[in-house]
Amino acid sequence: MKAFTFERLARATDAANAAARPGAMFLAGGTTLVDLMKIDVLTPDKVVDVRPLGLSSIDVSDDAIAVGAAVTNSQLAWHPVVRDRFPVLSEAILSGATTQIRNMATVAGNILQRTRCPYFRDVHASCNRRQPGTGCDALDGFNRGHAVLGVSEHCIATHPSDMCVALAVLDAFVHTVRADGTTRSIPFGEFHRTPGDTPHIEVALEYGELITHIVISNLPAARRSHYLKVRDRASYEFSLASAAVVLDLDGHTIRSARLGLGGIATKPWRATDAERSLTGRRANDDTFRDAAEIALAGAVAREHNHFKIELAKRAIVHAFVTASEAKV
Amino acid sequence: MIVNFTTGLVHAGSNRLLTHHTPSLFCFAVFEEGDNFFRDEVIDVKTNIRVNSTTHELSLDSRLTLLDALRDVLGLTGTKKGCDQGACGACTVIIEGQRVLSCLTLAAACEGQHVVTIEGLAKGEELHPMQAAFLQCDGFQCGYCTPGQILSAVCAVQEVHAGVPSHVTRDVRQTVNSATLTDEEIRERMSGNLCRCAAYPNIVAAVRQVLANELRS
Repeated sequence: MKAFTFERLARATDAANAAARPGAMFLAGGTTLVDLMKIDVLTPDKVVDVRPLGLSSIDVSDDAIAVGAAVTNSQLAWHPVVRDRFPVLSEAILSGATTQIRNMATVAGNILQRTRCPYFRDVHASCNRRQPGTGCDALDGFNRGHAVLGVSEHCIATHPSDMCVALAVLDAFVHTVRADGTTRSIPFGEFHRTPGDTPHIEVALEYGELITHIVISNLPAARRSHYLKVRDRASYEFSLASAAVVLDLDGHTIRSARLGLGGIATKPWRATDAERSLTGRRANDDTFRDAAEIALAGAVAREHNHFKIELAKRAIVHAFVTASEAKV
Repeated sequence: MIVNFTTGLVHAGSNRLLTHHTPSLFCFAVFEEGDNFFRDEVIDVKTNIRVNSTTHELSLDSRLTLLDALRDVLGLTGTKKGCDQGACGACTVIIEGQRVLSCLTLAAACEGQHVVTIEGLAKGEELHPMQAAFLQCDGFQCGYCTPGQILSAVCAVQEVHAGVPSHVTRDVRQTVNSATLTDEEIRERMSGNLCRCAAYPNIVAAVRQVLANELRS
């Protein structure tokens, strides 16, 4: 591991200033950064610890909840108001990693976590995301875990987060502070980017721009919501395909629906066309299957990940059926 | 002499000749305690850590993980290094009451925090109830994962008492109840600790025994 200076600062703008150049990185829970530093994928020369900044409260109001950047995944998933208002978020977080890791991993860190693509994690492999312009070994490599939505000829890396798929179907905003002290609020759907021809640019942040908190607006329909994750083993595994659903029902008729997809896309995916197709229809298997077909219509598979398209469609139907039958 | 291959730091032991490989040549060099095997710059960070109720004022290589600090600097070798990449749970310790992985925690990030390791669990000669349950239920074979398993299980029981859900809890709005907790729940809550001897049924039994004894008392 490359040597680095370690800074503990007390104010968010000071931290943003300290990290406002290439080579400096923020440290929160460490589950991504320390892991990737050990294998030389990330080589910061300065690490700024954000946990002394005190961004660790969950503030609840009638309209929204504000979640500090350093709130742990466990704290958020276990919070009684989150479990009550946004079960999809609690379920998504609890389906990821293990208790030890969720106790370390923070909300901001989860939003910024890096792909698990094995070629990204291997400094001897070609990876446009890690080293722009070097090519992508995943395209014709072992790409069973890779994305089928939002892909480009430069990168097919899957976004690994479960939590972010749930946030994608809620009305969430990422609040930041920049080195000059200015703040902004970024709608969650605009935060992550598909790779296109610049896969190394993953999110909307500038150098030194620090996530301070996220705000999740109240969404009454989210009381009927669900996260379904399909994976190779029952626990402690990344998703092969997952669906986050919110369902607003009037009897058996769908007033509106929301659909997020994980494990199959290059960013936390919102399937808006599929959502629109559900409005006004009866909540049953056929309706949900039609929506699933629309959600995966643009899927592009490689040699080893064809199975994900059908798997995702079935996950979508299953998640909607579960949500439609839930007692709320 | 021990070389930490994350940091390159050479730890205690008599001076010895070590081979030092570089891309262009194979050379020999004499290392002493405190040297860096990678011949890299070492940046020390002053860090105060409380471990098992004892405060240590340390100056540590910024790259040192809490796991390596516990084992190589403080000599607390009860915490085990399994995968060293956050996959196996052997390095589990309790920081500020929460179970975490010490291999993915930088020691410098533990400033002012209280760490409990397996050495801090028993009260003198009296084992912690979870340690006693692992013995009674034969919850291990080789024992390498056991310190992490026990610390993880101690916290899992506390989480059950707090009523918080897990991935297999049918409805996250419900408060879980230790009296009706299924084996599936215990397995999910312990899934961050791998056991290559596959002592899992007995580990589940140990956790269940502690929950049952606490209900009785």
